[in-house]
Amino acid sequence: MSDVVLRLSGIVKSFPGVLANDHVDFTLKRGEVHALLGENGAGKTTLMNIAYGIYKPDEGDIYVDNRRVKITSPHRAMEYGIGMIQQHFSLVPSFSVAENITLGLKEFGIFPKMESVKKKIESLSQKFGLDVSADSHIWQLSVGEQQRVEILKLLYMNARIMILDEPTAILTPQETENLFKTIREMVKNGASVIFISHKLKEVLKISDRITVMRHGRMLDTIPTSVADERILARKMVGRDVLLKVSKKPSSPGREILEVENLWSRGDKGQYAIRGVDLKVRSGEILGIAGVEGNGQRELAESIYGLRRYTGRVVIDGEDMLPLDVTSRIRRGVAYIPQDRKGLALCGGLPIYYNFFLKVFDSPNFSFNPYMFNPSYLRRGAEQMVKDYSISTPSVDLEAKYLSGGNMQKVVLAREISGSPKLIIAVHPTRGLDVGAMEFIYKSLLRERNKGVAILLIAGDLEEIFTLSDRVGVLYEGEIVGYSKPDESHIEEIGLMMAGVGSIDA
Amino acid sequence: MNQDMITSTVSGAIRAGTPLLFATIGEILTERSGILNLGLEGMMLMGAFTGFAVSYNTGNLWLAVIAAMAVAGLLATLHAFMSITLRVNQVVSGLAIVFLGSGLSGFWGQAYVGVQSPSFVNFKIPLLGNIPIIGEILFDRDPLVYIGYLIVPLVWLFLYKTRYGMDLRAVGEAPDAADARGINVSLIRYIYTIVGGALSGLGGAYLSLAYTPMWVENMTAGRGWIAIVLVIFAIWDPLLAMVGAYLFGGISVLQFGLQVAQIPIPANIMKMFPYLFTIIVMLFTSSERIKKRFGVPSALGIPYSREEKG
Ligand SMILES: Nc1ncnc2c1ncn2[C@@H]1O[C@H](COP(=O)(O)OP(=O)(O)O)[C@@H](O)[C@H]1O
Ligand SMILES: [Mg+2]
Repeated sequence: MSDVVLRLSGIVKSFPGVLANDHVDFTLKRGEVHALLGENGAGKTTLMNIAYGIYKPDEGDIYVDNRRVKITSPHRAMEYGIGMIQQHFSLVPSFSVAENITLGLKEFGIFPKMESVKKKIESLSQKFGLDVSADSHIWQLSVGEQQRVEILKLLYMNARIMILDEPTAILTPQETENLFKTIREMVKNGASVIFISHKLKEVLKISDRITVMRHGRMLDTIPTSVADERILARKMVGRDVLLKVSKKPSSPGREILEVENLWSRGDKGQYAIRGVDLKVRSGEILGIAGVEGNGQRELAESIYGLRRYTGRVVIDGEDMLPLDVTSRIRRGVAYIPQDRKGLALCGGLPIYYNFFLKVFDSPNFSFNPYMFNPSYLRRGAEQMVKDYSISTPSVDLEAKYLSGGNMQKVVLAREISGSPKLIIAVHPTRGLDVGAMEFIYKSLLRERNKGVAILLIAGDLEEIFTLSDRVGVLYEGEIVGYSKPDESHIEEIGLMMAGVGSIDA
Repeated sequence: MNQDMITSTVSGAIRAGTPLLFATIGEILTERSGILNLGLEGMMLMGAFTGFAVSYNTGNLWLAVIAAMAVAGLLATLHAFMSITLRVNQVVSGLAIVFLGSGLSGFWGQAYVGVQSPSFVNFKIPLLGNIPIIGEILFDRDPLVYIGYLIVPLVWLFLYKTRYGMDLRAVGEAPDAADARGINVSLIRYIYTIVGGALSGLGGAYLSLAYTPMWVENMTAGRGWIAIVLVIFAIWDPLLAMVGAYLFGGISVLQFGLQVAQIPIPANIMKMFPYLFTIIVMLFTSSERIKKRFGVPSALGIPYSREEKG
């Protein structure tokens, strides 16, 4: 065991409504690159934030060089030689590169000697192939350059254990190549690296061992030499049956949603949706599988009217292009977004308010926004709380105090109560416990049986299989193929999700 | 305008700008740490009152200044406790400080209305004070004005050239980044909220011990609010704060000058200028890129917690 530099043992960490880490064990050996692989929300970042002292674990122990340690703050972690590059960089935008690198280091007097710092930075960046000028300011740099600054920070303070959280997510292929060179160089110089990613190819290329996480649990650790894309895809999206919900065969009716040659840009201005075509009929669930960040959010938002697009979105025969969100809601579009706290609910408003947010605008007289009657709303809300078995002491409770599952039930109740024609559901059960999951599955299936068209966008294949009648795979903004929601196709779908090539369905 | 009028306007601007300068520099330090303290008006009033009362009772001007800073610092500590430890809304807490400060100073100050106490007198700096015109304007003033001259470059050096200044700016701009580098965010916020409060107390003391050496209820007359506006005008920079403080001080002096010279710009319009200038500055600094460039404390007013997702 002497070659183990970091060991996490039995780590448990829960956030309100989410068990992010469920008795996770993890070891890092000296001089290895250990990949941590898992879908978004699997708990990778949480685990590493615990090792770096940002989160406090509910349970579990941390060992550095086989000595048990308490890592109560990032400062402590740095003292043990642990350095971490966060998924979202922690750089001060107005500071120069050199200032960011010296920030917080205790070795300096009142006036840091920037000249010697710069010299050291220069020699480090030469040695490790990190091209960045010490004098430029962070706000002037591209994300790739910013990442090099983050790496220089680790190198400057001589971190022996380096945690890189999804470092390649924002890099171009060439930059990724360079990052790999740097990582190899760092290992040669005695560092041990934890490399977090959900991209199979990269993981296979750079790592010595691979640990797969799923739903907050550690599934397996295998040497990279015996792994291949098939094995990993299977593990990552694989089979751990959480629940079975029975589903009768669908009887699709008329076309409700038709999307044609849809193009839409992501927040950074690059195209995130590149020419998507799809159709969903009444009484049918179309599952869209894919690794997060391949355009899921942009697809949903374009159809719902939250994001600008080119191409056609037709709902029940009517082109939606000129219509804003409100008009689309009135035409029967319901949306269960992935961000239930930020987008679906107003956390600071009472539950009963949240139930009726969308009908305040309706032409229905009983919801005149200027003279609505709270007790009328409350009565309606109490009925919904009962129908959807939402556990809350009162409908006056602010929505933010609900657990994740109950929040989602509020969203679901509101969206379904509008009698929609089309439901767009994005990761509807992410982070929920099995009970809430089952409830949501059943509700969605009930709506489908009533003849609603449902577009289900999710990363979890099990969920897609349980609910969908057809499955399309979204990869880099395109639907790369369709498949059937059944076990025999799980590997093909997994490979398509990982960008390993499409099949003809 | 003749030369006399210019000299008197400029020197008046410096005198009127000095209390603004102290309060603005203080608030810059506070806001740089990410804490918004709208309580300046209250802290300045407590500083003005305390300074006057101590000077009246002890006759010791420097003791009076120190007491004024301590009392205002105490009020700021209250704000720090509410904003940092209890994480209440900083605007609400700041407003509470305003009412607390003006209420307490008004109540305790009743006994001091209309009495006389020792006050700071002008002190000509040798050599420099003998330079024609400039010497008279800049170097024949009271000691607190000189402290104002000194404090600006010192704070500038501190902010931009020292390790501690770097820590401070990092905490206000990117508290999570600072935290990830082992900087104690709460501690830094406490320190600079208190230091900022003390400086606003100094600004208040200048009013009652030098500018108009007496105690009048609510004698700050809105200067605390102007200082808050000045912070934005100065884009959180001490050098620009100096320019702004003397400029705004000058505007208030000009109001009288123009009346005397019978130039018809109504006083209300003059009073509007500080706010107008600030709105113009805000228009220019509203873009995200410019904010990052100047290091505007983007975490201003947002309580920090390590585990909470932004
Ligand atoms: N600070 C937090 N507060 C509340 N929930 C959190 C927090 N951090 C993570 N979570 C939740 O914990 C789960 C795991 O998240 P994370 O560790 O970020 O996953 P990964 O890095 O594998 O994508 C998610 O459901 C996420 O929403
Ligand atoms: Mg993550």
